[in-house]
Amino acid sequence: MEIIKQPWPWYIAGPLIGLIVPALLLMGNKSFGISSTLRQVCAACIPAKIPFLQYDWRKDSWNLFFVAGIILGGFIAGHFLSIPTPLQLNPWTTAMLRQQGIKDFSGLLPAGIFSLSQLFTVRGLLFMVMGGFLVGFGTRYAGGCTSGHAIMGLSSLQWPSLVATCCFMAGGFIMTWFLLPYLIRL
Amino acid sequence: MTDSNTPRGSNQTLQNSKYLVAGVLFGIILVKSEVISWFRIQEMFRGQSFHMYGIIGSAVITGMISIFLIKRLQLKTITQEPVTIPEKKFHWGNVYGGLIFGLGWAITGACPGSLYAQLGSGFGAAAITLCSAIAGTWVYSRLREKLPH
Repeated sequence: MEIIKQPWPWYIAGPLIGLIVPALLLMGNKSFGISSTLRQVCAACIPAKIPFLQYDWRKDSWNLFFVAGIILGGFIAGHFLSIPTPLQLNPWTTAMLRQQGIKDFSGLLPAGIFSLSQLFTVRGLLFMVMGGFLVGFGTRYAGGCTSGHAIMGLSSLQWPSLVATCCFMAGGFIMTWFLLPYLIRL
Repeated sequence: MTDSNTPRGSNQTLQNSKYLVAGVLFGIILVKSEVISWFRIQEMFRGQSFHMYGIIGSAVITGMISIFLIKRLQLKTITQEPVTIPEKKFHWGNVYGGLIFGLGWAITGACPGSLYAQLGSGFGAAAITLCSAIAGTWVYSRLREKLPH
């Protein structure tokens, strides 16, 4: 139990995530992918006669169960399987972020940016609202996210997924190195 | 909305509950391996840690071997259907959308899976980010025909 409560190393977490691919296939021919659930919510709640949202979302309701599970799993891990240990960050990352204006390194997310009280600040709007918008817009435009393209797509040797994954990384590098240093200071 | 009147009972829910269990495990892994941490994503994009590369890389290799074995051994699903994997066709959205998601991934420190797990482990901010992500998907759906693919 004590081992479970420690942070898990990559060589445990990675293969376990990889095993979700065959698990979903064998459970019922389901392709691993998360971002499609965002479209599901749109189709179920606000279809607004948009052609792309006119489909029977109920046929794919398995993935809503899957993400409900993720929320539940997050709750279980956060409340019962964790002991408060500070994140072991690379000192270089800490130094860079501190220089750029991040002050609080105690949680998994910087509390000075990602909290409800920051919602109506320029920085809060940019990081939570604008950032979330880019995630939802981009993943659907790309036809998948880290799970659907990077893990499921690459596992099944689909080259469009390799293109998409390279673009995910390229976009991330551009944001991190060229834009984020200014946005954090706002 | 084609067959919204199809009867769906507890059987359907029971069928789907196995995906709930799979999701619970995935959510636990995401939290325990700190994938949901904004700081870990910053480390990754700064090339200052192997952690995230190790996780994604070993997940892909495990998935690849699994799919190879499923095909080689011609494994069937639990309801005895042959396993099929839909083909992904290239379109320019893979590039444009990929870049846009990359920007969002680095700023929020979260991919869609992480957002759900963050929400579950008690980060209220994730609720805002997730709602914005849903809004982003909606706006994409709305503009889809006008965008280059």
